[in-house]
Amino acid sequence: MTHDMKAETVTIRGDGGDEIEAYLAQPVGGDGPFGGVVVIHHMPGYDRSTKEVARRFAAEGYIAVMPNLYHREAPGAAPDDAAAAARALGGVPDQRLVGDVRGAMSHIKAMPNSNGKVATLGHCSGGRQSFLCAVSLPLDAAVVCYGGAIVKPPPADFAVKMVSLLERSKDLQCPLLGLFGDEDKFPTPEEVATLSAELQEHGKDFEFRSYPGAGHAFFDVDRPSYRVDAALDGYKQIRAFFARTIA
Amino acid sequence: MCTYHTERVDMAGSSGKGADGWFPLSTASVYFDHPVHAPEAHTLNIDFLNPSLGPSARVAVEMAPAAAEALAHAILSGIRAGGALSE
Repeated sequence: MTHDMKAETVTIRGDGGDEIEAYLAQPVGGDGPFGGVVVIHHMPGYDRSTKEVARRFAAEGYIAVMPNLYHREAPGAAPDDAAAAARALGGVPDQRLVGDVRGAMSHIKAMPNSNGKVATLGHCSGGRQSFLCAVSLPLDAAVVCYGGAIVKPPPADFAVKMVSLLERSKDLQCPLLGLFGDEDKFPTPEEVATLSAELQEHGKDFEFRSYPGAGHAFFDVDRPSYRVDAALDGYKQIRAFFARTIA
Repeated sequence: MCTYHTERVDMAGSSGKGADGWFPLSTASVYFDHPVHAPEAHTLNIDFLNPSLGPSARVAVEMAPAAAEALAHAILSGIRAGGALSE
């Protein structure tokens, strides 16, 4: 594998047919066609570090598309300003998120080098949204990295509005990989166990791993929360999972 | 962690200085979450905003938890000293 890729900003059709900005990273050369990954950015936004995640998957032979979930609130704004604007408005509504990811999925499938298979992947709030997509859309796989508020949503009086997705577990339509930290508080290991039990009860195809000594955001190389052992094994699990489901 | 704990505060009558100089503030978002820049896993963050002037009309701070707590006390102390505490 050469790791050669092309990465660029494109316009895709999101929820309601709206034109939104997206970051597209795809392999150059190699033995296509390629599987696709919709990378769902975290609450701090459509930022440099999440673009790096998209490029990582392109280097590994996947078409990666990351829609800018805050494009409507703050087109062209700095990622942190856009995130602040979206947060002040209550965050991204679930229905719109699913529409935007559906648009990214369609964009990938229409590409000539696509193999027609698409996964979602997200960290933190993007992890919750990856789960939401996995119970809402005809995906081929989904990865949830320490997605909070899947089981226990924030109180109703918080500015950021979310609902529990636990009852939607029965609707899971694709294999699911969940990566968590034992030291995380959002979600706690108890919440992860609750979700696992629910998925088990419905006979779903899923695998959860939780790493000792790791808390929230253990994949994030720019933060003190980075845990190299957990991150390296986590990427190993994701590689094997994608090889099985979308390659 | 991402707590999603976000509180909004009405900032009418206040001003902030951003990249383009002073502007009137209309709202503040106060939340405990990942910082963009501060060297901490989580910080108490405040975005002082005026959405009518666009997303870049923003004064942002990311405070280490102990610093935020000390600041909160200092704010209350300052208002009390000025005789303007509302209760």
